[in-house]
Amino acid sequence: MTSENLVLCLVLLLLSPLAIAGLALINQGLGRSRSAAHAMMGTLCTLAIAAIVMVVVGAGFAGFKGGGAYSIHLGGVAWDWLGNTSLSMGNSLLGSQSAAAGYVLVCLHIFASGLAAMIPLGAGSDRWRLAPICASSALFSGFTYPLIAHWVWGGGWLSQLAVHFGGASFVDVGGAGVIQITGGLTALSIVWIVGPRRGKYTTDALSTAIPGHNIVLVLFGCVLALLGWIGLESATSLLFYNLAPIRIAVIVVNAILSASCGCLAVVVVTQVRYRKPDASLSANGWIAGLVAGSAGCAFVSPLAAMLTGAVAGSLLIFMIEFLELKLLIDDPSGSISVHAGAGVWGLISVAFFTPVGNELRGAQILAQLVGIATFLGFMLPWIHAVNLILNRLVPYRVDRDGDRQGMDIRELGAGAYPEFVVHSEEFLPR
Amino acid sequence: MKAIGFLLLLSGWIIVLATLDLLTQFWLRTGFIASGIATEVIGLALLTHSYFSEQRSAK
Repeated sequence: MTSENLVLCLVLLLLSPLAIAGLALINQGLGRSRSAAHAMMGTLCTLAIAAIVMVVVGAGFAGFKGGGAYSIHLGGVAWDWLGNTSLSMGNSLLGSQSAAAGYVLVCLHIFASGLAAMIPLGAGSDRWRLAPICASSALFSGFTYPLIAHWVWGGGWLSQLAVHFGGASFVDVGGAGVIQITGGLTALSIVWIVGPRRGKYTTDALSTAIPGHNIVLVLFGCVLALLGWIGLESATSLLFYNLAPIRIAVIVVNAILSASCGCLAVVVVTQVRYRKPDASLSANGWIAGLVAGSAGCAFVSPLAAMLTGAVAGSLLIFMIEFLELKLLIDDPSGSISVHAGAGVWGLISVAFFTPVGNELRGAQILAQLVGIATFLGFMLPWIHAVNLILNRLVPYRVDRDGDRQGMDIRELGAGAYPEFVVHSEEFLPR
Repeated sequence: MKAIGFLLLLSGWIIVLATLDLLTQFWLRTGFIASGIATEVIGLALLTHSYFSEQRSAK
């Protein structure tokens, strides 16, 4: 990669914290006011831990194409499982690449793993304690994310399907799988472990509406997320797929279109179903469009990006309803549906909308299915097993007092909005 | 039920990996990969059902 492209990549990466800021605003806006400061604090801690752990441990496991790796030889094929580069940034992590390229790569992994690690925060909002958030983020950034990042982006077996087995390789340009599905599956695992918020379900298992406390921040977060997504998608396409910088224009247009169609699809569907457009669901539709569109952002046509976003938005509403009402899964920010659900659709859509010949279409569909099977069949059990073990050591769920007081008072000692008295139950005699 | 769900998820993935290694014909691969994913979906359903039952009984 030329030094001009590296500089461009770094500049684009500097946009990506906006995606983290956007999602943080969405998570805290869709949660309760009494846990708002805790949600933002959780985001900051997650990002800080992701950065440190990624540099110390994760980057070595994530590796890079052509770098050292742990391989298993089966059936005459070397299955590349895990990066095996030095853990020290100053040494062979940089490998054959220039030092600058190595640092840019680490920088990308820091932001990508930080973004993925903070996705579950919205799902566990109002009951997931800060200490287990930090512990879970450390394990996620140190082992879970690097593993899948290596398989897809670092020259691992998923990226070499075409070389070893013929046909096509798994494609995930912007991280719909590596970042979004991994984060969404972690959110599912967290929600299973911590259970629903107090008062969310009645004794008859009927769902109670607990609306988000600040929809203005949620909608503003969507705009920030768009900028961050564009930066991250452009950087990954340059670094991992060696695309020409001119493709960034395509990525920008596709990201805007898929997000717009995701949002508008939700507006239309909620208008038809509930007679009024739902603001929080529309914000989720915007993010679902971004998530789904990121899988093939640099390859598909603008029309395909619009269709991908619209389908993601339409599916989202039914998925959120199904999880909340039928499966009793309390996910305040819709993280599971938005990130895991839309991410799966995004990976499938790549196979149908990427302009390849008909002879390769079937092979591309198979490659995408192998990728999805890997997320479901390996990543979910792995993530859930890690969280179950960690929950034994550091209990995830806040105690009953914390349930009643809110996470701000319980864990931080002060509320985000001290001048407003919102929850009378905080002042009930114990 | 949780343990069976876990095992089915992993089994489905192993079916997919074995398919890649052992089969070369496109339609055979397609069929077995679809079977692997179906196995995973059953595993996910079992896992979800076990947590759903826990929620119901906690109420």
